[in-house]
Amino acid sequence: MEDLIIKVEKLTKKFKNFTAVDDLHLNVHRGDIFGFLGPNGAGKSTTIRMLLTLVKPTAGDIQIFGKNILSSRNDILRKIGAIVEKPDFYMYLSAYKNLEILGKLSGADTSKKKIMEQLGVVGLDKRAKSKVKTFSHGMKQKLGLAQALLHDPELIILDEPTTGLDPQGMKEVRELIRELKDKGKTIFLSSHILREVELIANRMIIINKGKTLVEGTVDELLKSDTLDVTFEFADSIKASQIINESRFAGMIGSAEKNEYTFKLLKEEIPEANRFFVSKDIDVIAISPRKSLEEYFLKITEQQ
Amino acid sequence: MFGKLISIELYKIFRKWRTYIGFIAIGVLLPIILTALYYEGSNYINFSMRALKGSFLVVGNLLNGYLVGYLILQALIIHIPFLIVLVGGDLMAGEATAGTYRMLAIRPVSRFKILTAKYLSGIMYIGILLLFLAFMSIGVGSIIFGTGELLVYSNKIYIFPASDVIWRFLLSYMFAMLSMSTVFGLSFLFSSIVENAIGPIVATMALIIIFIILSALPIESLAWIKPYLFTNHMNGWMTFFADPVDWSEITESALVLGAHSVGLYLVSLILFLKKDILS
Repeated sequence: MEDLIIKVEKLTKKFKNFTAVDDLHLNVHRGDIFGFLGPNGAGKSTTIRMLLTLVKPTAGDIQIFGKNILSSRNDILRKIGAIVEKPDFYMYLSAYKNLEILGKLSGADTSKKKIMEQLGVVGLDKRAKSKVKTFSHGMKQKLGLAQALLHDPELIILDEPTTGLDPQGMKEVRELIRELKDKGKTIFLSSHILREVELIANRMIIINKGKTLVEGTVDELLKSDTLDVTFEFADSIKASQIINESRFAGMIGSAEKNEYTFKLLKEEIPEANRFFVSKDIDVIAISPRKSLEEYFLKITEQQ
Repeated sequence: MFGKLISIELYKIFRKWRTYIGFIAIGVLLPIILTALYYEGSNYINFSMRALKGSFLVVGNLLNGYLVGYLILQALIIHIPFLIVLVGGDLMAGEATAGTYRMLAIRPVSRFKILTAKYLSGIMYIGILLLFLAFMSIGVGSIIFGTGELLVYSNKIYIFPASDVIWRFLLSYMFAMLSMSTVFGLSFLFSSIVENAIGPIVATMALIIIFIILSALPIESLAWIKPYLFTNHMNGWMTFFADPVDWSEITESALVLGAHSVGLYLVSLILFLKKDILS
């Protein structure tokens, strides 16, 4: 059983004079929850469309499950479930009928029991007979997940799966994705909600202007740089004196009232805390603010 | 899988409101025509027979279901195509508008099968619509007016015995199927190019009207193109209501229409196979 589920090399897509994807490389391993990030217009959707054969590459190679996507299209797609951008359905048909039709085309078990079970997984079993045109965006999103999972695929490609969902719905989707990972599925997750990716992905890639900026494990990428850590002190005058005489003076990013933000490595945070406490400065709060969002902005703005 | 695809496509076609516009139009129009013929049909017969009145004594029932069927068939050139492009123009573009193109195209089914299933389902829809037309005109007409000799008034006046009519209708409807398939093929081609169903409907009707005008214009320099315009052959079904039947003319028209149908399907297929689905 091959470990590399998706292998993309030198992938390029040009639309006339515009290059949407430019020499892109990426690797997704079995069992990964792979975060696929990039600003608007970075080429994410075009890449996903090429992975699913909706769009033909201008150059490059896509191997999924060790086979070329163009020459083994049907074999590969049989093992993939996907949501591409917003999930669209036949509005004049019921949720049940939509799942039945899409399931049949995917070779899924479309027995009533199976379809109702899948609708139950996403909480839509009570609306099975309702026409999709009566559904909210969030409900369509859930139905999108149901259709992607109906045929029990090995690889699940989710493009913005939580768009339109309320916080509870987003949490449910995150839990569902974790459950899928626990079942050995591989998840390719594109999302604008970076916190979401940070919470569940183990590996990620950030692309911009169609090119790879960084790729690696989420922990490695977020660890590789300093964090913005905000310390809130009880006595700002005393804290100011001590800090100015310490080595931390050179690490100040900003200072406002009782709050000082330092640029620190992760391992320097407890050291700084010990220092302030040893100098009898009361530390009220420590907030490490380095997040995927900040990392993402930094990386994309650098380009 | 292919049979499953066609059944899915037919299911989708017949779950759409626009599909029934054709049936409703025929269902409303035919009773009106039948009522009008019931009260004023004798005028039509008298008008058609005025040249013969001095020489012939007509006995029997000339205002009958066969005559209704024949008169209704003349609606084929403009009216039935319009009903057909309502469905044909939506088959592919409707999926693009709704965004369901991508839901279809990420399934382990080849694009060839997807397009061909849609095309064949559209052809089946035409068959069902024409059967309905035949039932409403010949069937209901025969129930109301009975059957009898068929009076055909074109360049000549023909009166076909009742026993000589059914095969003519059968072949006429088969020919109509071919000519309507060509109209459908054109709307299907446009539908596979654009992402909004209105465009294919308007474009197909506009092209049919342009071709009909070109066919009718008595301009010498355009004469060479007329045999190739499919609209010029759409009335070929009328040839079956002549005596003797001009089989060479029918064969030529059928070949032109058939070539158009196959050609339009192939171009649609090539475009769809190469298409980047961005909707």
